[in-house]
Amino acid sequence: MELSKEKMLWMYQKMVEIRKFELKVDELFKKNMIWGTCHLYIGEEATAVGACAALNRDDYITSTHRGHGHCIAKGAEMKRMMAELLGRETGYCKGRGGSMHIVDVSTGNLGANGVVAGGIPIATGAALASKRRGDGKVTICFFGDGAGNEGAFHESLNMAGIWKLPIVYLCENNLYGMSNPVKNSTAVEDIAVRGQAYNIPGVIVDGNDVLAVYETVKEAVGRARRGEGATLIESKTYRWMGHSKSDPRAYRTREEEQEWKERDPIKLFASQLMDRNIATEDELKKIDEQVDEEIEEAYEFAVNSPKARVEDITEYVYA
Amino acid sequence: MSEKTYIDALAEALREEFDRDENVFMMGEDIGIYGGAFGVTKGMYPKYKDKLLDTPISEASIVGAGVGCALVGMRPIVEIMFSDFMMDAMEWIVNQAAKLRYMTGGQLKVPMVIRAPMGCGTGAAAQHSQSLPALFAHIPGLKVVMPATPYDVKGMLKAAVRDDNPVIFFEHKLLYWTKGDVPEGDYTVPIGKAAVKREGKDITIIAGSIMVPRSMGAAEKLKEYGIDAEVIDIRSLVPMDVETIVESVSKTGKAIIVEDDNKNNGWGSEVVSKLIESDAFDYLDEPIKRLAGKDIPIPYAPELERAAVPQIEDIIEGVKEIFDKR
Ligand SMILES: Cc1ncc(C[n+]2csc(CCOP(=O)(O)OP(=O)(O)O)c2C)c(N)n1
Ligand SMILES: [Mg+2]
Repeated sequence: MELSKEKMLWMYQKMVEIRKFELKVDELFKKNMIWGTCHLYIGEEATAVGACAALNRDDYITSTHRGHGHCIAKGAEMKRMMAELLGRETGYCKGRGGSMHIVDVSTGNLGANGVVAGGIPIATGAALASKRRGDGKVTICFFGDGAGNEGAFHESLNMAGIWKLPIVYLCENNLYGMSNPVKNSTAVEDIAVRGQAYNIPGVIVDGNDVLAVYETVKEAVGRARRGEGATLIESKTYRWMGHSKSDPRAYRTREEEQEWKERDPIKLFASQLMDRNIATEDELKKIDEQVDEEIEEAYEFAVNSPKARVEDITEYVYA
Repeated sequence: MSEKTYIDALAEALREEFDRDENVFMMGEDIGIYGGAFGVTKGMYPKYKDKLLDTPISEASIVGAGVGCALVGMRPIVEIMFSDFMMDAMEWIVNQAAKLRYMTGGQLKVPMVIRAPMGCGTGAAAQHSQSLPALFAHIPGLKVVMPATPYDVKGMLKAAVRDDNPVIFFEHKLLYWTKGDVPEGDYTVPIGKAAVKREGKDITIIAGSIMVPRSMGAAEKLKEYGIDAEVIDIRSLVPMDVETIVESVSKTGKAIIVEDDNKNNGWGSEVVSKLIESDAFDYLDEPIKRLAGKDIPIPYAPELERAAVPQIEDIIEGVKEIFDKR
């Protein structure tokens, strides 16, 4: 494996950042400091990090309503994300977007999306532009198992199939779309098989194993960059928390949740790193502590930033 | 008669219609065991298991399949989790459901209800907060309603289910937990009739959906300024009850329209147009005023979101300005 120690520790750090960011968001949400709704990514960290680790900074991603993880993994600043969630002028969207709409152009993140499957044709378009301009960029399109049942998914994969677009469709199959289990919502067990219908390779990966995700995505990104076309990757994973705020999770069992929590992607990676003598427990602990500080800084930055200005409410409607 | 929330009144109407007609059923996302994103069908499962069909996230085909069911004699109710997502189903609403009756010379009919929670005030930002009744009111062949009270929501849902046309049924999310008197058992509230919710002699406030309780609140406050406002709940945009509005404005001589949608080309423009084309024009002693949302996507930050649409104080101000001018 050609991954450097430095890169692996970066991956570990990003996973811990996502986990702790989400825990902080959950805390602030419960204190009514965050408004509206939000969808936490806890339990799925390995997918975003493994995938984004296979991209360059100027490659593109599109994200979903459950987008904080993708955003952090692609390199966004947590303080500006936190500021957005608190509705501040310093947030990525100046308080206009909130959790479901964070965009960071500087890291190629074309944005989270409030509409399920909303990002799929957009990602396809970004890849089409890369192909037409020959800029060598690759796009990763993150979407959920539920999104794979929207017509836009099928239309987009067909386009990517006929035009051999430089794109990786990355389905985060966390077994549920809101309350609906994949077995009730989706006619096939493995979403990856849908690639066949569009002449796109479909690959399944263990979404809780960051190195496995990295390897799989890396290969797909390589194919895309070489002009060999799109790949559909299905990352099997699990969201630990409810779908959004106040979800009693009546549609699944506590035992099932427990089983998945035992395959904690962060613990799994930590033990891989230690077993292979890549990092010591102390080194990892230091990273954990450093992330704690980063999260506190992000929060302090956000809470001390000015609120979005009502006088400017009509700004940014048109370019 | 007992006091119920809007959401309970709605659920009661659904259960009673499910029981009444075997052809009535509902489909939508997460309406079964989850009970719907806003809890409208909470607790109905498992008793109404056969009546609540959980669908994949496929709005275009949910609505399209609703049209198909309706064509062959069923009376489907389709829940679109947030009305914003009807945009994914526009083809089957606008080009199919709305037109099949006319295009086929009256051979087909589409007795389908699309229930669509709308509106801002929940911090869900631009793609989950729109109020789009006006968009649909432009399309011949659709009926468009937006009940504002528990009494009306129960009676109008029943009327919508029994109507032989596609009815777009908008429910403002902030209304769900409001309360009001609701009779037990069966009754309908006709589609196409406005309601005078408060009588007054000085000015007519014409409001819809969430702006009805806000206008009622404003009207109470306006008493302190010696202004006796009449409040009309438009209830139904298509068909529109022009008669009731014209009659009221002819009496008061002043009109203000309060909308939850953004202003540009909103339904209030249609009301203004109907008024100035009518005899009420002769009775107007001030220009008609419109209060509506700003022409922006709904912002996330709470201060911005609140400022995006009229609040009670804006209605009070708006009315006072009309009188202060004199
Ligand atoms: C077009 C559309 N339909 C419905 C919704 C409401 N909704 C938000 S997330 C969600 C479930 C999405 O499931 P999935 O794609 O599997 O993503 P996950 O939440 O599991 O990450 C639903 C139904 C929406 N936002 N957009
Ligand atoms: Mg899912």
